[in-house]
Amino acid sequence: MPYVPVVSEMENALVRMQEDLKRALEKLPSERRWVMVIDLTKCVACDACTVSCKAEKKTPPGVNYTVVIKEEVGTYPNVREVYLPRPCMQCDNPPCVDVCPVNATWKNEEGIVVIDYDVCIGCRYCMTACPYGARSFDFGEWYTEETPMIAPYETAPTFEYGEERVRRNRRSPIGNVRKCNFCIERLHEGLLPACINDCLGRARYFGDLNDPDSLVSELLRERYSFRLKEDLGTEPKVFYLS
Amino acid sequence: MKTGKNFPVLYWVVVAVTLALGAVGFYWRLSAGHRMANYGELIVWGLWVATYIFFVGISAGSFVIAALVYVFDIERFRPIAPLALLVSLITLPVGLLNIWVDLGHMERFYELYVRPSLVSIMSVEVWLYTAFLIVLVAIIWLEFFRKAASEEEQRSGRLAVRVLSAIGLVLVILFEGAGGALYGVAAARPAWHGGLFPLLFILSAMVVGTALLAGIYAFFSSERGTERHRQVMVDLGKLMLGLVVMEVLFTFSEYSIAFYGSVPSEIEPLKVILTGPFWYVFWIGQVGLGMVLPIVLLVWSRTREEPLWIGVAGLGVVIATFAMRLNIVIPALALPELEGLINATPSPRITTSYVPSSMEWFVAIGTVGLALALFAIGYSLLPVEPQQEKEVSHG
Repeated sequence: MPYVPVVSEMENALVRMQEDLKRALEKLPSERRWVMVIDLTKCVACDACTVSCKAEKKTPPGVNYTVVIKEEVGTYPNVREVYLPRPCMQCDNPPCVDVCPVNATWKNEEGIVVIDYDVCIGCRYCMTACPYGARSFDFGEWYTEETPMIAPYETAPTFEYGEERVRRNRRSPIGNVRKCNFCIERLHEGLLPACINDCLGRARYFGDLNDPDSLVSELLRERYSFRLKEDLGTEPKVFYLS
Repeated sequence: MKTGKNFPVLYWVVVAVTLALGAVGFYWRLSAGHRMANYGELIVWGLWVATYIFFVGISAGSFVIAALVYVFDIERFRPIAPLALLVSLITLPVGLLNIWVDLGHMERFYELYVRPSLVSIMSVEVWLYTAFLIVLVAIIWLEFFRKAASEEEQRSGRLAVRVLSAIGLVLVILFEGAGGALYGVAAARPAWHGGLFPLLFILSAMVVGTALLAGIYAFFSSERGTERHRQVMVDLGKLMLGLVVMEVLFTFSEYSIAFYGSVPSEIEPLKVILTGPFWYVFWIGQVGLGMVLPIVLLVWSRTREEPLWIGVAGLGVVIATFAMRLNIVIPALALPELEGLINATPSPRITTSYVPSSMEWFVAIGTVGLALALFAIGYSLLPVEPQQEKEVSHG
């Protein structure tokens, strides 16, 4: 039986993460270490995280900040499915950053890899450098493009990086590379990332690893965790519990 | 008219058709952005990137031939040195045009000059291209346009060309090496990652530069039929043969080591190249036209001294190099970074298959047409042919 802290009462986990967040925001940005912890034993591949991210960021077709990889393992009759949610890993050593020819992407002082949409030239070199396929290119497409009208949910402004942006006329972020930013604009408003809020199975956790009292610190202390492609030395800040 | 003599009507028909297609493709690119492109979220680079490295390789390689003459005094190639400069001057900007249309925000290319990242190979490359273009234009001005009034001025002009050519040679080796490193440093793409690519890029630039010059000189030179023409062609053939054999060794080294290791992420892209739906790009393109054909034509005693056959070998190698560029860029990207990623949220953009769209083809073909047009214009305006050189110096 895996160690499960307060999570038995689901609301408490959210409330606790909110409090963790509040404490973290009182610190200097450079003293925070945002991490995401994903409990694979609780993920049911409902894709609520994928959908809530879509709703939050209004991402077009093909642009997915977080996805749930579903794989069948084994052969009949011994088959089971494994699920792996994959947001941006916000690597401590991000291979996508150095390759950018115009310094349009960097790891900010809170450790989140961000993109300046007004500088990015859309060369997509960073996409080839990311070992996790976490970056997408905005081709300027719409889910409802062959219908009489582009649906309002697609043209509503996003507030990524705290800037109000409407996708239109090939203006940024169309033509840019885009990725998950741990909802940094929500964090600064004291809100948890959208995918954390909306995870049905409470499989996703978020918080400040530099705070020993945070839920994420506790989970990583008590449970076995791993990160994707550790051998590359990218030091992802997304941890998986299994 | 000189142009008519060297460039038959058919040439201009090809130029007109390719430029017309290019205009349509370019219009689509400007009006629809990237929506009409077939590269996607997984295979993020496609035909345009391959065409770009193809042209830039030609520019570097043909400049190396010019540098053999201007820096190392290898006189046997002097008759084609001006031609080499012209080819180099045309193919670099045409190559860059391909990568320019590939940008998500074409209007922001100036950012590469305004806020370049010194640790990004891509921006270093752009600066190297720019420096090289400046050097190349200076060399061409000194070689083609500057009229020396005295012997002393002539001597100083020659010295300047020698120094600038040496700088140019360093620059092309650097930018081709960087061109390979751009892929070699990508640790996330096992098929690219490694130290061989910079060397392979430098080598294949020399191969394609030599080959294209052999093709052009064989079919367009007005010196055809002369002993000097034959001799230059034979020498180009020998150089090409040596370079092609080295390319065979490099290719064998790259593939055999990957297969011996049997690490799936390294061999899967190679398997796609060898046995995937586009197997012929490798087997007919790279191996057939780029290795077997030139080696046979350049070794067989009945063809190795025939300018026309050497020219055919050269054109085969040029096509093969384009095939190689496609195989460098595309298959390595066709392997998802994480297994199952392409099925996570299905989208036509998230796929392991890629066939360029008509827009991509039209633009790439248009840039070939542009190169052909510029070449014909440059060939008639500049004293590229040796006898024209004489006319200029007497005039």
